[in-house]
Amino acid sequence: MIESIAQQPILAALIAMVGLGILFGALLGYAAEKFKVEGDPIVEQIDELLPQTQCGQCGFPGCKPYAESIASGDAINKCPPGGQSTINAIANLLDVPAPELDAEHGEEADLRTVAYIREDECIGCTKCIQACPVDAILGAAKLMHTVIADECTGCDLCVEPCPVDCIDMLPLTEGLKQWHWPAPQNQLDVIASDRSGFEAPSNEGRAA
Amino acid sequence: MRSTWVTPGGVHPPENKHQSVTMPIGSLPIPEKLLVPLSQHIGAPAKACVKVGTKVLKGQKIADATGAVSVPMHAPTSGTVTAIEDRPIAHSSGMSAPCIEITTDGKDTWIDHEGVADFEHASPQTLTKTIADAGIAGMGGAGFPSAIKLSPGLNRPIDTLIINATECEPYITADDSAIRERAAEIITGIGILSHILGNPVNILIGIEDNKPEAIAALEPHVADTGISVVSFPTKYPSGGEKQLIYILTGKELPGGQLPADAGMVCINIGTTYAIKRAVVDGEPLISRVTTMTGNACGINRNYETLIGTPVSHMLAHSEFNEHACSRLVMGGPMMGLSLTSAEVPIVKTTNCILAPSYSEIPDDEPAQACIRCGMCAEACPASLLPQQLFWYSQAEDHDRLEAHNLFDCIECGACSYVCPSNIPLVQYYRSSKGEILKAREEKVKSDHARERFEFHQQRMEQAEKDKEAKRAARREAAEKAKATVAANAGTEKEGTGPAPGSAADIIAAAQARAAAKQVSPEEQQAKFERSIAGAEMRVQMATDKLAETNAKQTEDQKNILNAALEGAKQKLEQAQARLAEHVKKHSEQVK
Repeated sequence: MIESIAQQPILAALIAMVGLGILFGALLGYAAEKFKVEGDPIVEQIDELLPQTQCGQCGFPGCKPYAESIASGDAINKCPPGGQSTINAIANLLDVPAPELDAEHGEEADLRTVAYIREDECIGCTKCIQACPVDAILGAAKLMHTVIADECTGCDLCVEPCPVDCIDMLPLTEGLKQWHWPAPQNQLDVIASDRSGFEAPSNEGRAA
Repeated sequence: MRSTWVTPGGVHPPENKHQSVTMPIGSLPIPEKLLVPLSQHIGAPAKACVKVGTKVLKGQKIADATGAVSVPMHAPTSGTVTAIEDRPIAHSSGMSAPCIEITTDGKDTWIDHEGVADFEHASPQTLTKTIADAGIAGMGGAGFPSAIKLSPGLNRPIDTLIINATECEPYITADDSAIRERAAEIITGIGILSHILGNPVNILIGIEDNKPEAIAALEPHVADTGISVVSFPTKYPSGGEKQLIYILTGKELPGGQLPADAGMVCINIGTTYAIKRAVVDGEPLISRVTTMTGNACGINRNYETLIGTPVSHMLAHSEFNEHACSRLVMGGPMMGLSLTSAEVPIVKTTNCILAPSYSEIPDDEPAQACIRCGMCAEACPASLLPQQLFWYSQAEDHDRLEAHNLFDCIECGACSYVCPSNIPLVQYYRSSKGEILKAREEKVKSDHARERFEFHQQRMEQAEKDKEAKRAARREAAEKAKATVAANAGTEKEGTGPAPGSAADIIAAAQARAAAKQVSPEEQQAKFERSIAGAEMRVQMATDKLAETNAKQTEDQKNILNAALEGAKQKLEQAQARLAEHVKKHSEQVK
């Protein structure tokens, strides 16, 4: 055996390489089957970053379809509710430069809104219920409807179908609970030479 | 003498405590109006249980606790409730919050109250409830409901009770003077706490060595009680809960853990006094010791202040010079908050009102660029890297901020204090903390929305599928029926019937169906008779109405009514004609 290998080194090497190739090929094939990833993970990751308002302002019927579209190469700046922070996050994830928000799809709102139905004007047509992507409107035919404010994503989709225009988008009021410290303003835009009349504070003064 | 440990970092700002302890604790005249905010503590705001116009007595409950983490509020003096509405309170946002305004009557009449003198025979549960009902929340600054701290649960046995008398912030002497004058009552309060917690092995009073008088006042009372008074070198911020625990026990609490997880409970000494008053004397928390200090005030001293007293009332009795005052601060100079109005009330957590002159606390210097000197890292008592946090905060890099343990920051301000570039570091951290908490909340919301959207999608798909299935089933049934008809026709063909599928065949089938559907003549007659009866009634009603209105109504209305009557009459005639026709037809058929 050893002799024959020694006599036919090229053949022996060939057999060894082919043998290894088959072995590793089988191993890889098995692993690919065994650890198969269901669905496209990048779609899930992009979907995680989208604001889930399901408003359709991007031109897709919901955030998931837009995530799928981004994964297959669509622009990442079509989501006004997410705004620049969402664009930045997606750009970070996909390792692409972050563009500005595409104004064609709407502007970034400063305040979050929720739908509010003026209940005495509601005629109970159920059209808004059918339009709501997150089932946040309660009601039945010919009975008054109302919005469950906690579930409302502020997507606007119920306003258009209402035949009596009794739905308002109200800004969410910011109370003490929502308030948090703002970042300091105008910091670090002063350079030392600009500080006319500056006197070094005494340690005593600073302390107190 | 117990050994103590030394915390990392810390700073030594000028103490400025001597000004306010020259006089004993004073009392202020009862202000004309008291403003009791409904949220003076951590947790859910209390809910007012009085109405505008209600007469209240001192100590009467005016607001109920709502939910597990909340405390009730009590009337600080007797008087009348004159408003329950949003008023400016001491909050960094400058926003208003719901308050109960009491116009005082000056009589200061107590409601009937009774304490438990021999608390040692009362069950810990009863005592904890008394403390909760007295509205006691941590008076050191955080305002966490004390009763919750005292109920750590059976799976967390407490072996160490720590009383926090550190009072490390400059200027504040509220606890110091309270200890000097009320040491005996405080020790009774500690006895109550110890009883509630099942007599922990170690009871430690942690106090900085810059209060020798207070230590001397405590010493005679602690003899033979098992309580140790532990003094340690003065350094800011030794009074932080985690810092004090480390100084006294050498144990470091991991981030996110409560002292109770390590078998410890840490209570402020002012709270201890309030607990004694609540349990032994039955008095709810309606006043506290507050330091009034700063060079803009002629009188620097501590006052026993009613909760809800406007800051302006305190200033008015302290020879306050508005022009000399650079800003009003509630709390100390390190962690306090600047007040935008002097009308805000004193709350349960207000230990100090500071009215400094311009030389004491000058206006903020403009911030300059960070020079990476690293002094902040040396000063940080939580061993964080303030510089890095500052960069990440500016970059809004939330992941890195959390990785650098931003949430372990106690916002003591030591880093800002030492910063040679005057960077308001703490404000950056607070802002970032807020942003991160908001982002977390939004994440939870968006996940919830996604779930609901996916469920909605699924439901719509299911509905579509169901509809499709129904349609398919109908189609199938129709085909089957056709096949049956075809088969029947096939058999009939052998007989005399017309050819299957021929027009005659279909017409015959349709006629047969129509005949089967037709109602019997009797039923039809009954139907006609009913419609006649209805029409007659309408005519009658219209006539009645017309008769009734004839006298006084205008021409227009009469015309309308006449038209209605005409219409009804016509309908009646039609119905009668139909019936007659039907009867005729029927009788012909019978013939």
